[in-house]
Amino acid sequence: MSLVASTRSEYTKQFSTAGWWVLGIVLVVYVGFTAGVLALAFGGVASGKLPGAEGPTPSADGLAGLVYSSASAVGYVFPLLAGTLMVTTEFRHKTLTPTFLATPRRGVVLVGKFAIGILVGLLYGILGSIAAIGAGAGVFAAFGLDTELGSSDTWVLVGRMLLAFALWAVVGIGVGTVVRNQVAAIVIVLAVTLFIEPIVRTIAGVLDGLDQVARWLPSAASDALVGKTIFGAVGAGGADPLVWWLGGLVLLGYAVVLVLIGLATTWRRDID
Amino acid sequence: MPQGQVLEFSGLTKRFGAVSAVDGLTARVEPGLVTGFLGPNGAGKTTSLRMLLGLVRPTSGSATIGGRRYSDIDRPLQTVGAALEASSFHPGRSAANHLKAYARAARLPLSRVDEVLGLVGLADVAGRRVGGYSLGMRQRLGLATALIGDPGVLVLDEPSNGLDPEGIRWMRSLLRHLAEEGRTVLISSHLLAEVQQTVDALLIISRGKLVFQGGTEDLADPDEYSTVVDSPDREALSRLLDERGIPFQLLRNGFTIRHIEPLEIGTLAAGAGIVLSHLQSKGASLEDIFLELVSGVRTHASAANPVAAAPTEAETVDAEAPAPAPDPAPSTDLVPVAPAPRSFAPPTAPEPETRRSYAVASTGVIDIVPVDDARAEDTEVPR
Repeated sequence: MSLVASTRSEYTKQFSTAGWWVLGIVLVVYVGFTAGVLALAFGGVASGKLPGAEGPTPSADGLAGLVYSSASAVGYVFPLLAGTLMVTTEFRHKTLTPTFLATPRRGVVLVGKFAIGILVGLLYGILGSIAAIGAGAGVFAAFGLDTELGSSDTWVLVGRMLLAFALWAVVGIGVGTVVRNQVAAIVIVLAVTLFIEPIVRTIAGVLDGLDQVARWLPSAASDALVGKTIFGAVGAGGADPLVWWLGGLVLLGYAVVLVLIGLATTWRRDID
Repeated sequence: MPQGQVLEFSGLTKRFGAVSAVDGLTARVEPGLVTGFLGPNGAGKTTSLRMLLGLVRPTSGSATIGGRRYSDIDRPLQTVGAALEASSFHPGRSAANHLKAYARAARLPLSRVDEVLGLVGLADVAGRRVGGYSLGMRQRLGLATALIGDPGVLVLDEPSNGLDPEGIRWMRSLLRHLAEEGRTVLISSHLLAEVQQTVDALLIISRGKLVFQGGTEDLADPDEYSTVVDSPDREALSRLLDERGIPFQLLRNGFTIRHIEPLEIGTLAAGAGIVLSHLQSKGASLEDIFLELVSGVRTHASAANPVAAAPTEAETVDAEAPAPAPDPAPSTDLVPVAPAPRSFAPPTAPEPETRRSYAVASTGVIDIVPVDDARAEDTEVPR
């Protein structure tokens, strides 16, 4: 009962400020642009319409999935940020005081945040998928290539991306409970997702041994969950990625570990 | 009608490292009254309130509302409403949505949102983002948040901060009204003057310890009075007072002399042929008493464990130094250490010796005053 109340309260909090739609718009633009450019490049090479293209010609088969999955490959940072902000804004604006006054059992508050985090993750997953498929399929159609929209593989891919987005939002909530300083949390999230992970995964592609470690990184696990992604195709070529369900479990594991650390530290602390 | 509850602090202690923010606070707040929770900045008021509300974990002791800890209350917002600071809002969220979030968390009908917004006078700006609110408007929104569950207990930290005079008057009458309905109202402040007209009862803390608990009428001692006297020839008057060993304080409006009736001063002046331009009796100022209580100069029996510094120090000096201790401070603003005003004497309170009296200057310096000294007359503990 109080879980429902807490979730409804979190729903009101989440959708009564501008943050969610600002992030949503940036997500759509970013993912749409990335998918469009990828489709243009691959589609141009595959159809032979791009002059001067050299090297191995990617087969037209499976190109669509590669392009559509850019929604999660580059867009996962958005549910991650949204989840992080759900917690750190409460610290930043001291709204944790009225929140804990209304719901003194702090764990209940966190469960409400998970529910809304998953909802926001799914929402972003849908937005990201629409943007990637809209831009990608549009370009493919222009090249006269198969958009694969009728293929069940495409829709399985979309389903897994939604799952990945939801998990990323929960990971974000975990990050927020561990790093309560909003600026620090955002910096950490961006640094890890934009620099550290891509660099480690790229080096792992050429360095033996490291690839065994790199495939357990959160973004690699996320890519494994989704199936095929552009990063998997060009970067970490060494070790085989995890099986898709193991990728999902690894991502969930990151979320659980972060939340447990947060629950044991920040979430128990005095609120002042 | 929501029921007021008794708030009880018992041995409440919070230590941050070696520092005790709250040290063994034991006090009781009754329903049907507005109780002021006073103390200088950093005295531990906010920490005490946060412990009462389950936001800060006490190092030891407990604070309960109607016998229960905050976290054990079934419907907390319907039982206790609290406003702790004027900035617990997301600046990008409207007042209505802020209240809606907490109404939902407390399973309250959303009609309460408009009701409390109307009650605090924010109905017209309910849809505006809180980021554009003035401090006074934020205070009102904080109060609206506290009132949303129509609670029987209200805990407000510095509620009149940032309000204009009209707002302060409005706040006062609202709080009075809520208390008259039988609710428990606890408001903190660092200024006695700010709450003096509102409160029925007072808790005063200083350095984390209770120094006074009781009605506002118990704060002032009717035996404590002073005379304000002035003369066109201030030099002559001050010489006369010095000769007689009468301590005084020279302020802009004249000489303030404690514990001596105007008649006595008038007689003295007449005897010396000094013309007086002003002669008036004055009661003790509550503000002075308050400041003396929080600085530890004065102790009050109502504090279960009074700030022991002054009396123990006095006893030590008493034992060691029979001669009057030199007073390095130019101010000889002597006040009695009053452990036992009237019937409030606890059985354990040490009675001052009959043959010797001591007094403490406002600087905290203790003087031993032999009884044959002329000063004894005006420094004796009032009976």
